[in-house]
Amino acid sequence: MTRRQLSTGIVSLALASIIFILPFVFILLTAAKTRQDASRLTFTWPVEWQLWENFLQVLETRNYLLLLAYFNSTVITVFAVTLLVLFGAMVGYVLQRRPSRWNKVIYGFVLAGLMIPPAVVPTIWVLQSIGLFKTITGMIFIQVAYGLAFSVLLFRSFIATIPRDLDEAALIDGATPLQIFFRVILPLLKPVTVTVIVVQSITIFNDFTNPLYYLPGRENVTVQFTLYNFQGQFQTQFNLLFMNILLVTIPPLIVYIFFNRQIVAGMTAGAVKG
Amino acid sequence: MVTQKSPYPYWFVLPAAIVFSVLFLAPTFASFWFSLTRWDLFSAVFIGLENYRQFLREPFLIQGTVNTLIYAITTSATKSVLGLLLAVLLTSGIWAQGFLRTIVFFPVLVSTIGIGITFAVLMHPTNGMINVALSAIGLPGPGWLTDPSLALYSVILVDLWKGVGLATLIYIAGLATISQDYYEAARIDGATRTQMFFRVTVPLVRPATVTVVTLSLIGGLRSFDLIWAMTRGGPGFSSDVLASVIYKQYQAGFYGLSTAGNVILFLLIALIILPLTAWFNRREVDL
Amino acid sequence: MRMTARTILAALLAGLLASAAHADVTLTILADTNPETISFLDVLTKAYSEKRPDISFDIENRAGGAEGDNIVKTRLATGEMADIFQYNTGSLFKALKPENTLADLSGLQNAGNISENFKPVVSAADGSVRGVPFGPAMGGGIFYNRKIYAELGLQVPKTWADFIANSEKAKAAGKVGIAQTYGDTWTSQLFVLADFYNVKAAAPSFAKDFTENKAKFATTPAAAKGFERLEQTGKAGLFNADFGAAKFDDGMRMVATGEAAHYPMLTFGIGNVAQNYPDNLADLGFFAQPGDDAAKNGLTVWMPSALYSPSSAENGEEAKKFLDWVASKEACELMAKAVPSGPYLIKDCQLPADVPQAVKDMLPYFEAEGGTAPALEFLSPVKGPALEQITVEVGSGIRPAVEAVALYDQDVEKQAKQLGLPNW
Repeated sequence: MTRRQLSTGIVSLALASIIFILPFVFILLTAAKTRQDASRLTFTWPVEWQLWENFLQVLETRNYLLLLAYFNSTVITVFAVTLLVLFGAMVGYVLQRRPSRWNKVIYGFVLAGLMIPPAVVPTIWVLQSIGLFKTITGMIFIQVAYGLAFSVLLFRSFIATIPRDLDEAALIDGATPLQIFFRVILPLLKPVTVTVIVVQSITIFNDFTNPLYYLPGRENVTVQFTLYNFQGQFQTQFNLLFMNILLVTIPPLIVYIFFNRQIVAGMTAGAVKG
Repeated sequence: MVTQKSPYPYWFVLPAAIVFSVLFLAPTFASFWFSLTRWDLFSAVFIGLENYRQFLREPFLIQGTVNTLIYAITTSATKSVLGLLLAVLLTSGIWAQGFLRTIVFFPVLVSTIGIGITFAVLMHPTNGMINVALSAIGLPGPGWLTDPSLALYSVILVDLWKGVGLATLIYIAGLATISQDYYEAARIDGATRTQMFFRVTVPLVRPATVTVVTLSLIGGLRSFDLIWAMTRGGPGFSSDVLASVIYKQYQAGFYGLSTAGNVILFLLIALIILPLTAWFNRREVDL
Repeated sequence: MRMTARTILAALLAGLLASAAHADVTLTILADTNPETISFLDVLTKAYSEKRPDISFDIENRAGGAEGDNIVKTRLATGEMADIFQYNTGSLFKALKPENTLADLSGLQNAGNISENFKPVVSAADGSVRGVPFGPAMGGGIFYNRKIYAELGLQVPKTWADFIANSEKAKAAGKVGIAQTYGDTWTSQLFVLADFYNVKAAAPSFAKDFTENKAKFATTPAAAKGFERLEQTGKAGLFNADFGAAKFDDGMRMVATGEAAHYPMLTFGIGNVAQNYPDNLADLGFFAQPGDDAAKNGLTVWMPSALYSPSSAENGEEAKKFLDWVASKEACELMAKAVPSGPYLIKDCQLPADVPQAVKDMLPYFEAEGGTAPALEFLSPVKGPALEQITVEVGSGIRPAVEAVALYDQDVEKQAKQLGLPNW
């Protein structure tokens, strides 16, 4: 590491701390306050530290609803993201590799998926008619349908950077399309796959509106709903609200920290590949 | 048998197409019909184009459209420039690089509701942290969210704060696919750092730029969550964007009218995005 | 290791779910998350489960306000409503198409207990009752701080001019004259909505003419006055410095603790003070929004929400039995004890003896002949959805009252057309 890299790092860290960390310090401090202290919403040291008590109280609210919410949200997120990566990569692959008139139609639909806000009530009718309304399975497919456009777009633009020679070499070796895709292409897509995983899992885990409409019912509660539940239930209890914000932010943070290393690994892979 | 067909079979698209058509396209087409009706969810009465006429007469439509364009263009332009610069900085091997990446990305992890609540508090005109800090150094803090001429820009600032991490991540993934050989070659040719940035990095990171610009532009044109969480389009109507105007019709129970608004918003987005992507695609080079 | 963790979690969750579902019938209830709603449901379900051990309850929360309207409508329209749900009365209730979607409750044993004043706001087009009252009637008027009034020697104002004079004196004494809280936009409508008693006194047929598109706010001076009054208070600089960002909670705090002399609000604010600032409850007073004529002083009244059962309810019969009990004197007095913030709408239902001061201030309006008038939204289905943004603009001085009234008429016209009302 050069001197320059060190000094740039220190300056960047100082700036980033003010811009990006300070608001989180505020959330943390508020989450540690007593109810009256927190209701003033000032950036001050807590009069009395109650971090642990608040944590327990949020956890115990409504018979440990938060744990059930963690479970549901995790199941939805894991399955939906897996499907999104597979479907997104496959569509993006065909879309990029096989230019044709169909291609344009598909691309048009992809853009439409990004551009058109979903129609709630007709969607509920569809879900009811196929028996998936109010089910975790239905919610997973909804998230896949709504997230596809983003995944396809991302995969498509990155597949453009993978040389066609690789597919052709594999084809000459007698590989089937499935083999080419899973053995040759998908491993090379690691950086963008990680991006899709991180972005989609955060979006789906943090989604509030869609579960609200498509997944009603107490046993189907998801994490963002606990946050929201809380806000109404304890209108002035900002300490608990902010504690809840902290708690529901932890799973996405773990996902990110885990995959952040993969991005670094992906970078070296990219360097070798070129 | 397989070898005679294309190595890129269309059935690859099929599973995705089924899910997408059943759960997205079909309901969307159904809703287009409802935009021609007076619809209260229990019954729908056909009224022709009356909803479109009504929506285009909406008193804040023009201001909402202008705000939408300001929002989308400002955020997508800033996110692409800042995102690329940050990505280059955070892949240059500086001290605490990994930690800095996490920090920059951290806001992306938090839900919009959480961020909305937090910043509404931090931007409070009298006892919010920002104005308290400003007055400590003798500057009068503005009413970030309560001054009608400022509210939209305050939300834009928070949007950038929340979204620049994602742009940076996409750019970092994009930079990862650029071979070091190009930089070696440029270095041997005696290129300066600036020249390398503009001649090697910017052209080769193009797929990432296309993605960031497209996504953040569409996101900006459709943006709603953060505005709703922070200002609800207010004070008054001053930070209304098209999506919030539409949502208010929906909230009021004017379902047909809000669907008509959605169709109009969709047309506006298509008008901007389709020529843009056509342009992007024309310039796409296959490696 | 991953397997074990998952197994433990699954077992834990199974245990949680099992403990919630051992009774014979579980009635599901969908309700908003206001503190009052939660405490009502708490006392009612507990008492009922004691009487009927085979019944248990599963309460699901929803948003309030316009977002809540959408959830309720969506679930009714798709046949996915809970066995019982809590929702507004009056024009919002009528938008649910109650004839088709809600169970008829006219046949309940206790239906006769329901106040005649309340029945119209939960009746379908055919006159049948579809809901039972859930909470006390509310007044819309002005909270004031009794300590400030005592210190400055002020009298409860009977005219608008006196009210402004009192506010000016409080301001001169270093207090906030009138608290405003546009961080919650809906609170900005109070000066306009709570003025309706005065509108009705000056133009008795306004509600009917307004619904039939014969009268408009802009062409009815008495109706436009609410907007002008709001403008006047804003221009006079009587508000708190952070009025643009403050919230409902702040408003109640300011008037209860003596930071502000006045706060226009509905009387459900009493519950907020009882919960957050119980020591200041005795300092909180209340009066109706005064008009120009001291002889015609009265209170604009809001009806509480109601409990309904959808006609598609899974446990419809048990749900009706529960609602029948909610309409009894016994159940009503449980609610009155939990939240004694106004008169209840069940026959012979008594408030506890020691009600908060603000309630004592409100009750005389109900006892006097012609002392109250229902708010416009209980007399007419027409209400523009953008009123709260428009009143924020007027109060903040962004838009003059004259323009605001015209803009509101335009908003109203859109709503009436969307409802498909005749004459629009």
